Amino acid sequence: MSKIDITKHELVPQHIVLSPEEEILFLEKYNITRNNLPLIKSSDPIIKAIEERDNISLKGKIIKIIRYNSPAGEGVYYRYVID
Amino acid sequence: MNEEDIVLFGPPKKIKEIRFALLSPEEIRRMSVTTVVYADTYDDEGYPIMGGLMDPKLGVIDPGLKCRTCGLKFGECQGHFGNIELSRPVIHVGYAKEVYDVLKATCKDCSRLLLPEDRIFQYKEKLREEGVRGSIRENIISDILNEAAKKKGVLKDNKCPHCGSEQLKIKFEKPTSYKEGDKKLTASDIRERFENITDDDAYLVGWNPETARPEWCILTVLPVAPVTVRPSITLESGIRSEDDLTHKLVDIIRINQRLRENLDAGAPQLIVEDLWELLQYHVTTYFDNEVSGVPPARHRSGRVLKTLTQRLKGKEGRFRNNLSGKRVDFSARTVISPDPNISINEVGVPEFVAMELTLPERATIRNIERLRSLVRKGAFTYPGANYIIRPDGKRKRVTDITSDILAEELEMGYVVERHLQDGDIVLFNRQPSLHRLSIMAHEVRVMPYKTFRLNLCVCPPYNADFDGDEMNLHVPQTEESQAEARILMRVQEQIISPRFGEPVIGGSQDYLSGAYLLTKKGRMFDKNQLAQMLYVSEIDCETPEPAEIVDGVPYWTGKQIFSLLLPNDLNIEYKSKVCQKCDRCSIDDNKECKFDAYVVIENGVLKSGIIDGATFKARSTCKLLDKLVKDYGTDAGRKFLDSVTKLILWSNCIIGFSTGIDDEDIPKEGLNLIEKVLKDGKDKVNKLIDLYREGYLEPLPGRSVEETLESRIMQTLAESRDKAGSIAERYMGMDREAVVMARTGAKGNMLDLTQMSASLGQMSVRGNRLHRGYFKRSLSSFGEDDVSAEARGFVSSSYKKGLNPKEFFFHAMGGREGLVDTAVRTAQSGYMQRRLMNALQDMSVRYDGTVRTNDDIIVQFKYGEDGIDPAKSTYGKAVDIDWIIHKVLKSGKGA
Repeated sequence: MSKIDITKHELVPQHIVLSPEEEILFLEKYNITRNNLPLIKSSDPIIKAIEERDNISLKGKIIKIIRYNSPAGEGVYYRYVID
Repeated sequence: MNEEDIVLFGPPKKIKEIRFALLSPEEIRRMSVTTVVYADTYDDEGYPIMGGLMDPKLGVIDPGLKCRTCGLKFGECQGHFGNIELSRPVIHVGYAKEVYDVLKATCKDCSRLLLPEDRIFQYKEKLREEGVRGSIRENIISDILNEAAKKKGVLKDNKCPHCGSEQLKIKFEKPTSYKEGDKKLTASDIRERFENITDDDAYLVGWNPETARPEWCILTVLPVAPVTVRPSITLESGIRSEDDLTHKLVDIIRINQRLRENLDAGAPQLIVEDLWELLQYHVTTYFDNEVSGVPPARHRSGRVLKTLTQRLKGKEGRFRNNLSGKRVDFSARTVISPDPNISINEVGVPEFVAMELTLPERATIRNIERLRSLVRKGAFTYPGANYIIRPDGKRKRVTDITSDILAEELEMGYVVERHLQDGDIVLFNRQPSLHRLSIMAHEVRVMPYKTFRLNLCVCPPYNADFDGDEMNLHVPQTEESQAEARILMRVQEQIISPRFGEPVIGGSQDYLSGAYLLTKKGRMFDKNQLAQMLYVSEIDCETPEPAEIVDGVPYWTGKQIFSLLLPNDLNIEYKSKVCQKCDRCSIDDNKECKFDAYVVIENGVLKSGIIDGATFKARSTCKLLDKLVKDYGTDAGRKFLDSVTKLILWSNCIIGFSTGIDDEDIPKEGLNLIEKVLKDGKDKVNKLIDLYREGYLEPLPGRSVEETLESRIMQTLAESRDKAGSIAERYMGMDREAVVMARTGAKGNMLDLTQMSASLGQMSVRGNRLHRGYFKRSLSSFGEDDVSAEARGFVSSSYKKGLNPKEFFFHAMGGREGLVDTAVRTAQSGYMQRRLMNALQDMSVRYDGTVRTNDDIIVQFKYGEDGIDPAKSTYGKAVDIDWIIHKVLKSGKGA
């Protein structure tokens, strides 16, 4: 059986890795540090999938998650990747 | 905080943080004022023994005496701790589990953490970088404990990586003993080991060595609670009775003493161990008398002692009973009853309650004469006053004798605690308080008799009825709290629910059917009736132009009168509840609705349409009330509700309204038709069964043949019931009051009516037709495996016709499920509610729109993902685009 790319599944919301510059802007916007963010484990399937796809380590990065099935239309969340 | 306290203690300070720590033996000795050595309390003369458990240094419990330590009087001195030097250390039960964790994670010889240096270094780094958030820290520490306790198998040979000594398996025998291999570990052994743990290692296993060293879990000295914590009481007979804690301390001192004597005498090991264990038992039960595996300590009478843990724990404990659930002053509780004549903002307060509840009012140049006259009236005639408080804080009771003197004494700066009066703001509450709407602020209206009165429109948010419900009332005492209550909590501010943005306060039952009757086509009122209606509903206006003049007598329509309640610039259109939902709406064809179900309000005039549930029913999408509150303000909403209810009440009195069993009458031919439909349904079912028996039934995808048969039968029966129902509905027009109630949303629905007149339909338990009871059948009168309609609980009779015995039994089965479900649901949802509230109570929406916990961790980046307050939205959206377009188009047409 071929491996399924879960990042392309319709039920998986869009996950975007923030670049270092974006991170600074984002943290400034909310006046927070990484420790005020919700967390996501690096063992989370979506994180593993992105790491495999882009061949990078996401530990310590901030992920932007866009949900389209939110009651408000579009819901934007950010999560901090821990191990 | 009053001014006096500020002088005494300085301005109030803000608590920055609270830190929990363990008491070290040194600290216990430092805070102790005396070492307790004697197990006795009072001597023969009744004086407390120095060095005994009631040592006067430990505080005062007798009025009139002074504390031997601080010199303060009874009630002022909070008491002082003493101490007991234990002859042998004992384990603190509360920390037995922590002791076990540390024991497992450290070496038996060198007390180092059982991890190689490199792992220790790694974990140290990890704790340093992640040290910010509590939950992550806890995870890491539990990882360290698990790894060191060899659960993950890092150590190959069970040898300490530091000194190389072999580690034995440690077993925890609840509640307070530990075994290493086969040898029992004594508290002294453990304490010795813990003393050798380095600060760094202690930190890694979750201890902050500055505030809590692991060895402090093993007590060498026991703090003795101050006597104020365990006061002895003197019975009428003059016999002193000691507190449970004192009894326990007596036991501890006795055994401690005996152990010391035996040790000094060099008694055999066995005896010492026995006594040591006994000391451990007493200290354990002193802390907690409900430890599993330990027989609870008892009083001489056989009553189980209430020791420290028991004082705090559970519903009757300090937390839930005395801290979270304090009894309060300035409150009242009594039965509620309805009063449609008071405003929704008001609450009727019985006079004798108003005389008991008071409000402090400071005398100023403007109110002193009024206050003086209140004081002169005394405490026992209604608008009066109960106390006056001098500027120096001395309070004086107003009595019949003193009232005149105190009235004269009254000066500027005095405070008068006067009776509750009309217009005062109070908080009104009904349990269970599941809602923020379960406590709202009302204005007082003092009334005769003994019940609290409330307007019927505010029943839905409280979920109140008048079958004996009681409610609570609280009087805010300061100006700030009164202002806050008035601005934030007043009933009119709560008309729109914060949950779904629709009114929770509004008309119900008779108000809705009454509105229908009032605004029905052809409803006319003469001048007398008009005058009465305008008077009771407090509408102040010019007499409108009569709609019709018959034989020289002027008449006004109900719609005209209703229009008088509306603001002059109100424009709105909507379908009312009586709308029949025709296939093609005649409004779309620019024709008038034949049911008059399309409401058009132009410039505050009701042009067409019937007013009913869709206009102002509580807990539903009611267009008009919603619009009024959101566009014209809460005050307009309140005035509308106050007036419309009174208006309808009066029109109801004029028109009259009554329902009877003949509302469910159906002519003979209708009944025949219904019977035929039901019979056809049953025949169809029998055909299906035959088909199944012969093996011709085609299974539905993913179902067995049996399941297919079952669902086909259910479908067929549901269809025929619905058909029977709709036949019945054909005969039930709006001339029947029961139908008026159902269609306007006052009470009941059409299904209820068809169940009364046509057929009850299928009874079910857990969503299936009834099949259990007897072997392979629902009742003994059916054959085994009979799956026909009658045998599986289909009731073709109506309530009006009456049920036959079998049907009656089936109906009871279905009805029982309903009852059980509601009982179970309330219990489960109540528990869920509590859990959710505890989890979410500290979250708040910040100024940047984020939702954060109290330690600033973000939960939502935008409140509700759209940042919209439902109470201020229109049907969940920030702007009602349809309405704006509608308005623009309208105004375009006009211009």
